[in-house]
Amino acid sequence: MKRVYVNEEWCLGCHLCEYNCAFANSGLKYMASLKGKKIFPRIHVEEGDRVTFAVSCRHCSDPICVKSCIAGAISKRDGVVVVDRTKCVGCQTCILVCPYGALVPGEDGTMTKCELCLDNASGAPACVAGCPNRAIVYEERE
Amino acid sequence: MKRYVIIGNGTAAVGCIEGIRSVDRDGEICVISDEPYHVYSRPLISYYLEGKTDRERMKYRPDDFYRKNGCKTYFGRRAVSVDTENNRVGLDNGDWLPYDSLCCAAGSSPFIPPFEGLDSVVNKFSFMTLSDALAVEKAVTKEKRVLIVGAGLIGLKCAEGLCGRAKSVTVCDLAGSVLSSILDEECASLMQKRLEENGIEFMLADTAASFDGNFATMKSGKTVEFDVLILAVGVRANTKLLSDAGIDVNRGIIVDEKMRTSADGVFAAGDCAEGYDSSLGARRVLAILPNAYMQGHTAGVNMAGGDEAFDNAIPMNSIGFFGLHAMTAGAYDGELYEEKDEDSIKRLYVKDGFLKGFMLVGRDERAGIYTSLIRDRVPLGEVDIREMKKIASNTIFSSEKRRKRFGGVV
Repeated sequence: MKRVYVNEEWCLGCHLCEYNCAFANSGLKYMASLKGKKIFPRIHVEEGDRVTFAVSCRHCSDPICVKSCIAGAISKRDGVVVVDRTKCVGCQTCILVCPYGALVPGEDGTMTKCELCLDNASGAPACVAGCPNRAIVYEERE
Repeated sequence: MKRYVIIGNGTAAVGCIEGIRSVDRDGEICVISDEPYHVYSRPLISYYLEGKTDRERMKYRPDDFYRKNGCKTYFGRRAVSVDTENNRVGLDNGDWLPYDSLCCAAGSSPFIPPFEGLDSVVNKFSFMTLSDALAVEKAVTKEKRVLIVGAGLIGLKCAEGLCGRAKSVTVCDLAGSVLSSILDEECASLMQKRLEENGIEFMLADTAASFDGNFATMKSGKTVEFDVLILAVGVRANTKLLSDAGIDVNRGIIVDEKMRTSADGVFAAGDCAEGYDSSLGARRVLAILPNAYMQGHTAGVNMAGGDEAFDNAIPMNSIGFFGLHAMTAGAYDGELYEEKDEDSIKRLYVKDGFLKGFMLVGRDERAGIYTSLIRDRVPLGEVDIREMKKIASNTIFSSEKRRKRFGGVV
């Protein structure tokens, strides 16, 4: 299955992926509308000592978030781990168990995560399309 | 064709069904439950009272779950005996269900201490099931004063759920602090403060000793008047069905890492089972939802002839009240590293070169990274410990380790 991968030696730490993600999932018409607002990206850039890289859901083969969700709101559909935000009550058990830190609360407190932009207007990962250094790729690796 | 019987219809049962079906598409699965409901998310009953969910959204799996998984359901029926000689389960209507393998996922029941005068209380409830929640919903109105006995996870979630529905909510507990099974006193006081700010009253280090109608007399001698009483003192694993059948039980039904009990072909999972806690290094009942699912799944796979071991169970809880979240995992054992300010506390426990446990209150952190260090027993020699203490982050790993973890081959 195709997944989002990050080549950390090429990552500039520019955070554009976060903006592209937040915009793709916002339903807004213009990206400029995000200006001045708190954004809720489902990918995040981590910055360590001389290293930066973006992190998003790995769509694990045996996802512990799915097994741990107290509401039965997280499931795996055609290889993609998805959240039914109408069922989520925001207990954050998924944050407690995800080994990658890939789930974050959205604006309403229910959980969000990378769903590969398959269900939004972007149709394919917006973080990948917008990465200026091609540090984020969307490809088959197994 | 193999015949599977599951006693119970909660999270562990669903895990078991999905575990069986990951190996065997054809065998017949019978699910027995005395609750007359499609499987629902039990921990959501407090959110139901709060109005954050409803009966439809509480369904833990879609409506077609049993049909799609080829399950025959016996809901509203109680399993009354297990006959391990003849491999069959007796039902309350006198029927017998034969099995090739059986999973007991019977959960737990509220523990009600023998309070003097409890019979004189008309409006008293436990808070474990959807039926409890529906009864409480009916009994509690804006004019009612609610007394909750027990400041643990169940009692406090109930308090939060009822806060906007009742005239007042008072919680009492013999323990001197809230959530004493998972938080130390300092962490607990942050949670208590948030609950109090939202109108919940506490009587701690003091609990109900006896009842007389609408009055509770406390250990301290104080009297509390109430209209609705919720008993959330504790729970006990439902072990009787299997202990009566001669199967080994302790506090829970004793299981190994494959969820096998002492009887051939009989498995147990979830809140009724006592499995190995790898952070404690001993067996214990781990009555938490993720554990129930994982034990159930492991039982199911092994029942169907597959091979799965669940050997890294640890306690882990994420619980929030009025927007303040506490996350805890593992054992609070070893050298303590802490960070705190007025509104948040982080405590990490390190022993023998491993992260053993943590408590986080009011910390916006990716706690699962810490949890994975405990569950996967990652030697701390492989991570940047200074960075780890600061924040839960993927930067604590080396580039190579990170590449492996993220599944990339670069």
